[in-house]
Amino acid sequence: MTIKEIFDTMDYGPAPESAAEAMEWLDTQGRAFGHFIDGAFTAPGKGFDSRNPATGDTLATLTQATHADVDAAVAAARKAQPKWAALGGHGRARYIYAIARLLQKHARLFAVLETLDNGKPIRESRDIDIPLAQRHFYYHAGMAQLMESELPDREALGVCGQIIPWNFPLLMLAWKIAPAIAMGNSVVLKPAEYTSLTALLFADICRQAGLPAGVVNIVTGDGEVGEMITAADVDKVAFTGSTEVGRRIRQATAGQGKALTLELGGKSPYIVFDDADLDSAVEGLVDAIWFNGGQVCCAGSRLLVQESVAERFYTKLRARMDKLRIGDPLDKCIDVGAIVDPVQLDTITKMVDANAAGETYRSAAPLPANGCYYPPTLITGLSPSDRLMQEEIFGPVLVGTTFRTPTEAVSLANNTRYGLAASLWTENVNLALDVAPGLAAGVVWVNGTNMFDAAAGFGGVRESGFGREGGWEGLSAYTRPKLGWKKLEKIAPFSGDKGPEDPLDRTAKLYIGGKQARPDGGYSRNIHAKGGALLGQAPIANRKDIRNAVEAARGAAGWSKTTGHNRAQILYYMAENLQARADEFATRIDRLTGKRGGEKEVEACVSRLFTYAAWADKFDGQAHDVPVRAVALAMREPVGVIGALCDDAHPLLGLVSVMGPAMAMGNRLVAIASEPFPLAATDFYQVLETSDVPAGVVNILTGPHEELAPHLAGHMDVDAVWSFSSSDLAAVIERESAGNLKRSWVEGGRSRDWLSRDGEGRAFLEAATEVKNIWVPYGE
Amino acid sequence: MTTQSSSPAPFPRVADTASAPSAHGEARNPGMPLDLGWVRRVQANTSAIERRAATLPGRRSVKKEWQAAWLCRAISCIDLTTLSGDDTAERVRRLCAKARQPVRADLLGALGMEGLTVGAVCVYHDMVPTAVEALKGSGIPVAAVSTGFPAGLSPFHLRVAEIGESVAAGADEIDIVISRRHVLEGNWQALYDEMREFRDACGEAHVKAILATGELGTLRNVARASLVCMMAGADFIKTSTGKESVNATLPVSLTMIRAIRDYHDATGIRVGYKPAGGISKAKDSLTYLALIKEELGDAWLRPELFRFGASSLLGDIERQLEHHVTGRYSAAHRHAAG
Repeated sequence: MTIKEIFDTMDYGPAPESAAEAMEWLDTQGRAFGHFIDGAFTAPGKGFDSRNPATGDTLATLTQATHADVDAAVAAARKAQPKWAALGGHGRARYIYAIARLLQKHARLFAVLETLDNGKPIRESRDIDIPLAQRHFYYHAGMAQLMESELPDREALGVCGQIIPWNFPLLMLAWKIAPAIAMGNSVVLKPAEYTSLTALLFADICRQAGLPAGVVNIVTGDGEVGEMITAADVDKVAFTGSTEVGRRIRQATAGQGKALTLELGGKSPYIVFDDADLDSAVEGLVDAIWFNGGQVCCAGSRLLVQESVAERFYTKLRARMDKLRIGDPLDKCIDVGAIVDPVQLDTITKMVDANAAGETYRSAAPLPANGCYYPPTLITGLSPSDRLMQEEIFGPVLVGTTFRTPTEAVSLANNTRYGLAASLWTENVNLALDVAPGLAAGVVWVNGTNMFDAAAGFGGVRESGFGREGGWEGLSAYTRPKLGWKKLEKIAPFSGDKGPEDPLDRTAKLYIGGKQARPDGGYSRNIHAKGGALLGQAPIANRKDIRNAVEAARGAAGWSKTTGHNRAQILYYMAENLQARADEFATRIDRLTGKRGGEKEVEACVSRLFTYAAWADKFDGQAHDVPVRAVALAMREPVGVIGALCDDAHPLLGLVSVMGPAMAMGNRLVAIASEPFPLAATDFYQVLETSDVPAGVVNILTGPHEELAPHLAGHMDVDAVWSFSSSDLAAVIERESAGNLKRSWVEGGRSRDWLSRDGEGRAFLEAATEVKNIWVPYGE
Repeated sequence: MTTQSSSPAPFPRVADTASAPSAHGEARNPGMPLDLGWVRRVQANTSAIERRAATLPGRRSVKKEWQAAWLCRAISCIDLTTLSGDDTAERVRRLCAKARQPVRADLLGALGMEGLTVGAVCVYHDMVPTAVEALKGSGIPVAAVSTGFPAGLSPFHLRVAEIGESVAAGADEIDIVISRRHVLEGNWQALYDEMREFRDACGEAHVKAILATGELGTLRNVARASLVCMMAGADFIKTSTGKESVNATLPVSLTMIRAIRDYHDATGIRVGYKPAGGISKAKDSLTYLALIKEELGDAWLRPELFRFGASSLLGDIERQLEHHVTGRYSAAHRHAAG
């Protein structure tokens, strides 16, 4: 075309980013890679090709890790970790800072290699992925530096097995490796098989930074290698990927004593209210669902538009879709690149083709003739019951429906098994700050979308997984408290055949929904004192009692909306009422346990209730310092309904120790009392009844832990399950929790000293809350 | 921005000049009754607009022949401007000569762009006859800034009279300044009435409404003022006089062209856009053209609907074009002064 012709057409023309340097780097590596283990690359072995999805060309061959490879990597990590942790925060910070600098110096090489390997537009890898990865290492260099002073009671977990997806290869690596090594862990990381090249370049960077051998190990391969890492002798597994695989990992690691964080799928709502800046909301969708071709776990993929503006909004959106440029990811003038692999393209195509509902609009923009491309697509007029409204497509496909009122918007938004992210658009600050806390999501963007930063935690609720990456909240995923552990020992009940000490019957019942209830099964167990005297009967709860208790807890939603001040008052009142009956409870505890610790235990209970009354209005969130003009509010929200199996040794303190933090943070609780000594907990519901605790906030069951645990852990409407039972229930709880991916907290064959500081405090408060980061960009 | 789809209702007093294509080749904007409901519903989310503006240069890029062609297009859309207290007739004649031959003839020859001129020459009223004379036969229109430019605070009847005098002196385009206080006071009716009168006083001459966006406080005000001026019949809306401390910016431009798009969607009328002040780099001009192409479409990439108000932009573009032709970076003194 002549300049005169272009002058008339005003076409963009090609604007290719050169791939020469990236190709040269691949050449210098022989275009064949082994693993990076113990500070060196292994010889390339049997494996598979890594292709450029935009062209189908083979970029390099990669090695499929064997068991021996994974074992070698884990062994190297194991060997390196103690020294790495002992190096101290400053020592580690120096290396991590060096890595950040090197990422910056080689920024374009990383960006081009990422785009070649993944198919994402060069603009995204250049302007988003790589800068954010750098930022993560800078930020966590600082966290290493501050660890001793700011987290004196926490220590590294050990060896972390990390498995990352193909959609943000280097960025996900950064999210995983930076906090792990900052806190003194060593890692074995497996990149996705489609996109391993930047991880291998990163390994090269680690060498250049002089990182001690074995601190970072990279093994390549497919999901089988992921399974090997999961099964290996690691202390922690961190996974980002599909909910289906995350669930399998939860089941596979159940009872192995491995810490686990999962960052999984989503079907994130994108809510447009009628007073929004519609043009900006349309533009936001470009960044929400057409960013990285929609292959983003937190993509705003479910559009909810207020009815009164829906048609106007759709018209604007369709016009915008036609302006998207789809094609060669290395072209600097491209909005939507290639889908990562023909397999993924096929998945997207099949899902969309199977849908007959609603109205489908495809961008009129031309698609390249070859390569893995899918047109930006909008499907409106769907109902929540349509499959495409519920299931993650993981492609450039936006589905939508309308709503009438803010309440309906929230209820539609939350009508999903997922809970990763949400966007909402309104110019009304009252509406925004009312709706944001109501959304089931780990991240909420107000008048924006897909904003990320190392300083603000990212992660989900519900089946989008658990754990946070980034921010102070992300560090708990890579540390554990330093506690004085004792070996777990099963506490057996006393038996006997004597008659009652006091002939006047005192009937213990279950406590469900603020009422004393007989057990569904109609059975009770005799409870004896140490000498064999009959102390009374405790109901034997069954799965239906769990069902009823969870239903009551779910119904007490108002508790989660009360103020911390209000909850504190009730916790103080409980302490007051317990104190008034201190002698009675002390005697009861002594009789149940056959020991003389009752008085001390009641004292500890009163103190503990005071502790959580104190915390109720003080466990503040944070306003994170993110490098854009926005506040990122890290709000602490109650987890929801918590099921807890209480410590067996301390009949009352075990209950109070879970009730305190759960109630203080606004949760509702289903507690299963000490199995051998249940009658102090059943006495306690009289304290609850006299302390203005709303019905359903605390529900108390008695019965065999081993039988009840799977039903509690498997209940789909329970949000978290904790076990401090003297029965080792870790395996069953972790396995059953996989159903809805509820958070689980088990002690792994150990028990803590409940009478000491270990029995209360931040660890409990953190387990009782989820951090939701609400991003509010501002400016007028 | 939120708008409603009200049908266009040509304002009676200007209906005669309304829809007939002018010498500019674009149907003029007849205006419509002031729709306060629409004006008040307008939203402009500053941070989102800034993000869009900030990422656009990274999203669109033109290289090689495309870049050269786009830079030529930018030249064709320049309102070559001199608005100084020390302007003289000779100074204006020099500028007009530059307007006729904005780029060295050998370079235009190499580009195959012989005959390329700027979009217009923009001067104060007193310089209009000189400019008209100097541009005779070139087809390049003369634009006059008017209505008490830049502050717009002289007596209203004098402001209206100034338009008439400039038109009588041969100006084809009148760049009026709005009363910023009407916007700041939320007096949309007053702004509308003022714009209407200015529009009527222009007669056949096209009218550009300078909003002085740097003095309007918020993007929401910019969006609302844009809309009111279009409802009152502005043919172009323009950011700045060049005399405010903040002149044309990408966020302001995005806000204004989205208003233009909404107005077009509602009325079918294309209103032109002129960013002015502070655009001095060739690269910036490409970003502006990309912004227009993305948000408004190719139809707006013509001098009939898009102008740069700029004085030093041309020099940078000339150097870039020589670089394109020769492969060597250029120097300012190799190009004729304007």
